[in-house]
Amino acid sequence: MQTDTKSKVDQTTSPAGTPVTVLRFEGDISSASKEAVIGSYQGLSKTTAKTILLDFTKVEYINSSGIALVIQLLMEAANSGQKVLAFGLSAHFTKVFTMVGITKYAGLFPDQAAALATV
Amino acid sequence: MTSTAARTTTVEVRLPSRLGFEKVAMSTAASVAKLMGFRDERIDDLKTAIAEACINAIEHGNRLNEKLSVGVVLSAGSDQLEIKVMDDGKGMKQQPTKPDIDKKMHGEEDPRGMGMFLIQALVDEAEWVVGTNGKGSYVRLVIRLDKEQ
Repeated sequence: MQTDTKSKVDQTTSPAGTPVTVLRFEGDISSASKEAVIGSYQGLSKTTAKTILLDFTKVEYINSSGIALVIQLLMEAANSGQKVLAFGLSAHFTKVFTMVGITKYAGLFPDQAAALATV
Repeated sequence: MTSTAARTTTVEVRLPSRLGFEKVAMSTAASVAKLMGFRDERIDDLKTAIAEACINAIEHGNRLNEKLSVGVVLSAGSDQLEIKVMDDGKGMKQQPTKPDIDKKMHGEEDPRGMGMFLIQALVDEAEWVVGTNGKGSYVRLVIRLDKEQ
């Protein structure tokens, strides 16, 4: 019954010339999203993917189990020396991510351009 | 499904103990809150709170036993919406605690376990009631209409 989460990997470059990997999620992010969130992150090269953007633009529902997966991703990224930013969260989920403290480890931005402008 | 007594309108939903069905409670609660005149921002808060309450009931209360159902009762008054989420578990005895993101990031705290905190932070009242004889436990949530609404 839980909706599948789709994920897609894109490569782009920031205006400052930094190579950036974008993980784009679509659907719900819940306990059923481990492969889409953690699996797709772990599929990235730790040597080339130094800056990662998480795109939540097409995500409508995130529950606490889904937030836990994002925290797990941030933990693995921190241990690998990767920088993670996120964009596209609704105002509500921006508030929820802020409440649980994720903003301390991942900057939240309204859109991709705003996130890319900082790296 | 709907009954009216005095100034309270009651809507009841029963969910199977299967993850994902919390979205049925979310959409029902959102519809009732919309009819009552709640702002979209408050409806989003309510949807997340009720989703977390239902997930707790499905996972921890009924332990994903699909023979058991989760009861959701929404009581719409003139100035507030009360929601009770009931399961067949022994109830939550611990109190919600604010997640410590530093501990989570350093593996000193389970990345999960934020549901009760989110519930309490997003509604005006949250109360976890332990049933007698290990049955009839529920969580009770209240959101109030702002005066300017």
